[in-house]
Amino acid sequence: MTPVSLRPLLLRAGLAPVGTIVVAGVLVLVAPTLSAYPLTLLTQAAIVAILAMSLDVLLGYTGLPSLGHAAYFGVAAYAVGILATDYQRGFVTCLVAGLLAATLFAAVFGLLAIRASGTYFLMITLALGMVVWGLAFRWVSMTKGDNGIAGVPRPDLPLPWSLSSPLPFFYFALAAALLAWTLLALLVRSPFGLTLMGIRESESRMRALGYNVWLHKYLAFVIAGAFAGFAGVFWAYYNGFVSPVDVQLVTSVETLLMVALGGPGTLAGPALGAAVIVFLKNFVSVYTKRWLLILGAVYIGVILFAPRGVLGAFRRGPR
Amino acid sequence: MTAEFWITQTFNGLSYGALLFLLASGLSLIFGVMRIVNLAHGSYFLLGGYVGLSVIWRTGSYVAALLTGALAIALVGIAMERLFLRRLAGQTLGQVLLTIGFALIFQDVALLLWGGDPYSLPIPGPLQGVLTVGTLRFPRYRLFIMGLAVVIGAALWLALDRTRAGAMIRAAVDDAEMAQGVGIRVPTVSLAVFALGAFLAALGGVIGGGFLGVYPGLDLEILPYAFVVVIVGGLGSLPGAMVGSLLVGLLDNFGKALFPELAYFTLFAPMALILALRPTGLFGR
Repeated sequence: MTPVSLRPLLLRAGLAPVGTIVVAGVLVLVAPTLSAYPLTLLTQAAIVAILAMSLDVLLGYTGLPSLGHAAYFGVAAYAVGILATDYQRGFVTCLVAGLLAATLFAAVFGLLAIRASGTYFLMITLALGMVVWGLAFRWVSMTKGDNGIAGVPRPDLPLPWSLSSPLPFFYFALAAALLAWTLLALLVRSPFGLTLMGIRESESRMRALGYNVWLHKYLAFVIAGAFAGFAGVFWAYYNGFVSPVDVQLVTSVETLLMVALGGPGTLAGPALGAAVIVFLKNFVSVYTKRWLLILGAVYIGVILFAPRGVLGAFRRGPR
Repeated sequence: MTAEFWITQTFNGLSYGALLFLLASGLSLIFGVMRIVNLAHGSYFLLGGYVGLSVIWRTGSYVAALLTGALAIALVGIAMERLFLRRLAGQTLGQVLLTIGFALIFQDVALLLWGGDPYSLPIPGPLQGVLTVGTLRFPRYRLFIMGLAVVIGAALWLALDRTRAGAMIRAAVDDAEMAQGVGIRVPTVSLAVFALGAFLAALGGVIGGGFLGVYPGLDLEILPYAFVVVIVGGLGSLPGAMVGSLLVGLLDNFGKALFPELAYFTLFAPMALILALRPTGLFGR
């Protein structure tokens, strides 16, 4: 790595954790004073933030815009949904199964997707995402098709508080988001993460330097899939319901929007983007049925007026 | 599994492929010239169907429905390209988010104007009914779709291969920068190709309204098919779009008939295989 790209990185490494920890601390303190509705929105935001951060590993750090990221999120959610309802398995089994399912799908799909780059990568990830959607929609004996899997119970953990009430579950989701953020922050600042950024900036140069570019991209793809699965596990528990909506193209694109809105190449940005979209979506849908129209306008507005995202730390747009 | 089953399913698959060709050929050309992943392409199909429906309700003319639907959506495409997409040249991600933004807006506008009920576009008398050959029955409308797709495919091929405008488009597909360098106005070519793509997709939407129907959600349902066609055939290749459409039509139809629960798998697994062997598609370079 050249020293030029290291300096802003160190600067960010120093500042970003402080900001995130302060925000998390404020949330922990404020949460008990909130009523159920804002708490559920915050819970939703925390879980979706994990998904957005996981996509950012691909989009922001490696420069790979995936159009099928909801697939890994949804596969894990389905694994939890099926195991927790039909087989009445506990949290640990469901968590492990969800993570494994998402990782496995990402490992197989990654073999196909990483061969391509640029626009081809977009189209292939889109098509692979549709495979999962097709399974969710059609494989009725397994997934209950369009009806979805209802009645996923909240996890029953040996804790003094029941996770079925909003406040403990919010803390639970927040802890998960902080764990994901910590692990991902360590990942992107590790030599592995720096190599990913090198690949984002110039694949040919990294190859010339002797890095195994394919392997790094592939591992980034699998890791991003695994973290999306982590988010999916909590989503299934939060929603109590898993359906093809969780794996559809619109969900994947919405995640891209969150990353683009927050600023790719920062972890806090996509998390913030996730929160903005979750709140916007819920507030607007209270006041008007024309929610899609407004979301569409948000997409166009973000692209035309804030192409580098709110945090805008990403200097060059991914190709 | 009788021979009848195979013939009927092959016929259904080919006719669906013919419809897909109308949708995907434009997408492929747009991609070839502009490198844009247009997620609003399915919306053109749906909007074309709705506009055609309104026209046929008012005038009762199927031909007017076809032409008005296709032309109206071509204008929408022109506006989208001119006013928005052009500003984002070269920004893949920006274009994707922009086109999905439009797809969402179109979806909502369609819901606002035409409501949530599914409609079927009335088919003109001569195209109704079936053609009986022995024990086999072929719906006339599907034969019409196949015939029309052949005519349009041939016209596109002639236009691309034999005319000056076609040569300009091919040059822009091969290397936009060089084409610009030798004096071809690539922005104008792009606009024309985008309009043509929207026109063909909307035409497909009006025609498809006669047997798929027109309903909310059709846009995002048909879009992946178009993408699979383009991926399988190769981006920017007209022969690729032809072969890809027929292949996808057949795979989808046999998949649904033979393995109903895994229908999408039978469509996407071969695509994945082709990608693994030839990342640029069958006819891509």
